[in-house]
Amino acid sequence: MDIPYTVQPRPDTGVYNAKVGMWLFLASEVMLFGGLFSAYILLRVAAPEGTWPHGWLSIPLGTLNTLILALSAVTVLLAWAACKARMFDRYKFFQGITLLLGVIFLGIKGYEYHDKLTHYTVVLKDGRIADGHWVSATPSEVVLKGEFVAERSELADRRGRAKAHEEIRLARDQVQKMQVYGPAYNTYLALYFTMTGLHGLHVLGGLVVFAFLWGPGSRLWKTDPDRFTNRVEVAGLFWHFVDLVWIFLFPVLYLT
Amino acid sequence: MQATSPAIPASTHHPAHHPETGFWRTYIFSTDHKVIGIQYGITALCFLFFGFLLMLMMRWQIAHPGEPVPIVGPLLAAVLGDVAARGVMSPDLYNSFGAMHGTIMVFLGVVPLAVGAYGNYLVPLQIGANDMAFPRLNMMSYQLYFLGGIVMLTSFFIPGGAAQAGWTSYSPLATAIPTDGQTFWLIGMVFLITSSLLGSVNLITTIIQLRAPGLTWMRLPFFVWAQFTASFLLLLAFPPLETAGILQLMDKLAGTSFFLPTGLAIGGKLADISGGGSPLLWQHLFWFLAHPEVYVLILPAMGIIGEIIANNTRKPLWGYKSLVFSVLMIGFISFLVWAHHMYLTGMGTRISAFFQTTTMIISIPSVIILTALLISLWGGSIRFNTPMLFALAFLPMFGIGGLTGLPLGFSASDIHLHDTYYVIGHFHYVVAPGTIFALFAGIYYWFPKITGRRMNEYWGKVHFWGSLLFMNLIFMPMFVQGLAGMLRRMSDGGLQYSAAKVPGVAGALSGPILGLNNFILWAAAGLAIAQIPFIINFFWSIAKGQPVRSDNPWEATTLEWQTPTPPPHGNFLKPPQVYRGPYEYSLPGYDKDYVPQNQPPG
Repeated sequence: MDIPYTVQPRPDTGVYNAKVGMWLFLASEVMLFGGLFSAYILLRVAAPEGTWPHGWLSIPLGTLNTLILALSAVTVLLAWAACKARMFDRYKFFQGITLLLGVIFLGIKGYEYHDKLTHYTVVLKDGRIADGHWVSATPSEVVLKGEFVAERSELADRRGRAKAHEEIRLARDQVQKMQVYGPAYNTYLALYFTMTGLHGLHVLGGLVVFAFLWGPGSRLWKTDPDRFTNRVEVAGLFWHFVDLVWIFLFPVLYLT
Repeated sequence: MQATSPAIPASTHHPAHHPETGFWRTYIFSTDHKVIGIQYGITALCFLFFGFLLMLMMRWQIAHPGEPVPIVGPLLAAVLGDVAARGVMSPDLYNSFGAMHGTIMVFLGVVPLAVGAYGNYLVPLQIGANDMAFPRLNMMSYQLYFLGGIVMLTSFFIPGGAAQAGWTSYSPLATAIPTDGQTFWLIGMVFLITSSLLGSVNLITTIIQLRAPGLTWMRLPFFVWAQFTASFLLLLAFPPLETAGILQLMDKLAGTSFFLPTGLAIGGKLADISGGGSPLLWQHLFWFLAHPEVYVLILPAMGIIGEIIANNTRKPLWGYKSLVFSVLMIGFISFLVWAHHMYLTGMGTRISAFFQTTTMIISIPSVIILTALLISLWGGSIRFNTPMLFALAFLPMFGIGGLTGLPLGFSASDIHLHDTYYVIGHFHYVVAPGTIFALFAGIYYWFPKITGRRMNEYWGKVHFWGSLLFMNLIFMPMFVQGLAGMLRRMSDGGLQYSAAKVPGVAGALSGPILGLNNFILWAAAGLAIAQIPFIINFFWSIAKGQPVRSDNPWEATTLEWQTPTPPPHGNFLKPPQVYRGPYEYSLPGYDKDYVPQNQPPG
């Protein structure tokens, strides 16, 4: 029993099954991320004046990641084109580059996460607020590299501010509250971690599929190159969508 | 292949022979759309029954607050512990049961039965395909659904019990309840949503790509159109709820404040959260799914009713094209009405005017469908068999459900009726004697195709009349209670607002209104008894029912009846070619009163 149109397009619709399936899946993905972006808009519009963070993320790193994903969009296309042209080695090369770029993207994202998850705001019992990156800690003392501020609102807008590097030693018994720059810190970081986290999972999913199509899955090339090419194309469609989501994430989280 | 091959075990003698597979691959990890459909069907029926039992226990608590639940009370106390001490349902347990009744009925019962089971089993057959477009994905959809169900059921037994914040799970209440039930609910929902998404991708692709040659869009059976639209609703409406679920899960586990406002106090203490979230955001995301969801519940039901009415009136459906376009129109507009569930949030007159307008507009295609189905009866020589009885009862029952929805669609009257038993009565008329009757009709109707045997007519009719009577006895009094101002979700059934407890207060619930609780309880018990003939009939007929003499016992036109009985793996003996529309009944100039879709002209 063979299901029709798994490889060749159906004449009246002009597409093969998996492509229809992928477009439908991407439509649902648009709604998924659409929900997230709506949440972003609603929460940001409702935030009190002057509390929404600006300049909390590294624009150079974000730009680099944007370029990496953009480049991977090109290589994934070239990989598919190589399949179409029946040049398997060329496919291997470009798909390998795509994989590599995806891994680098996740690596940079991981570095950015690490930077946030080692960053603390400490409210002291005398009302002062220290803000900086974790250096070391002992049972009696916490050492941060950063600065003191008088009010939290000073921390909101960090555009154009020089990074503070003074070493701050805080006695533990003076600490009233110590908060890491994680999802629970504020709404902005909650959105940042959730949105980029979900996007990162999509990148990871795409990479798993690419790794399969690059490695064990590529054996299909020998028996059914058309079907293999379709798989590369469909995986590529998904990858373009993931890139597109990032094109929206980058400005709303990094640039505005 | 004209409806003559004998209806005995098909797998042994049909020519398209397949390698034998073992028990596990044939019944448990099958990729055959029919087996998966049956898996969906049986699982969903079990969940429907379980959800109904939860409600029976709740009805006891509503009618007799604080008294031990009869029969199952000791069992509840033994299994669930303190929340059901001495067999009495505590308010916490009542809330759990209420939340889980809604969740189970909607997400684990009706949708998997209407779309998972009927869609899977029938759509490939009706479009002349040999399977779904993605068989392995299909298997995975069922497994994810099953896992989601397991997670939901497990949550009853964790400390603190299952989710308590209603099937709508409004934040901040859902987040603030300190037990883990809500976390389980959310994880279960993520499984169920993923399952629905994969299932709908599969069903839509199948309908677009695998239609038999000659089966053009306007020759599709109405049922296929209904499934097609319902799948699109699942595909596009569920992801925002998945978003909402992920955000609420973050609130619950990672300490974020997506739905928690600044200054939230829990138990009189300021909550240690960052704040800045929006409870309304949850409501918007939830209802953006949940309104299209009610059309996911009703559209496949309408599709089933259309098939059965055409078949049993022996004439074409009246207004096939208007039916199709109405279904599509419902699909589109259902995305624009969600905030009519939120009039009480103070959204302002302009926005509520928009949603009132769209809500009134969406009733137009619903009325067109109902009218077309009603007119289809005109002049037909109706066969009153069990499926047809259920189908006929669907029309007025859904009519009551739909019409009582109008006062809820207007914000002025909704403010009085919101969150009362009137709402409960309204949507249960749509879903219980509406959708569930359609699902019953479908079971009686397609049972001979699936098993090769008919269900018993006499006991089918007993089941029908009992269900019709008791459904109305249960839900009709709820309108009265609701109009009198009785709120839903009260574990004492309104006792604390009764005239007996607060004498002299205007609007307090009178004795007769509260007395209806007891009336409804016994009607619900009657409904339970009315299901016994069905359950026995169902299992008895699988083994002992009257065998059908042909592959097409109802003398129907659509393609699912032009297969061997039961259809083998791969369905059709030879790929069908379609020559005509779906309902060519009583065509002049033919010796029979039906012409199957695959019968060549002439």
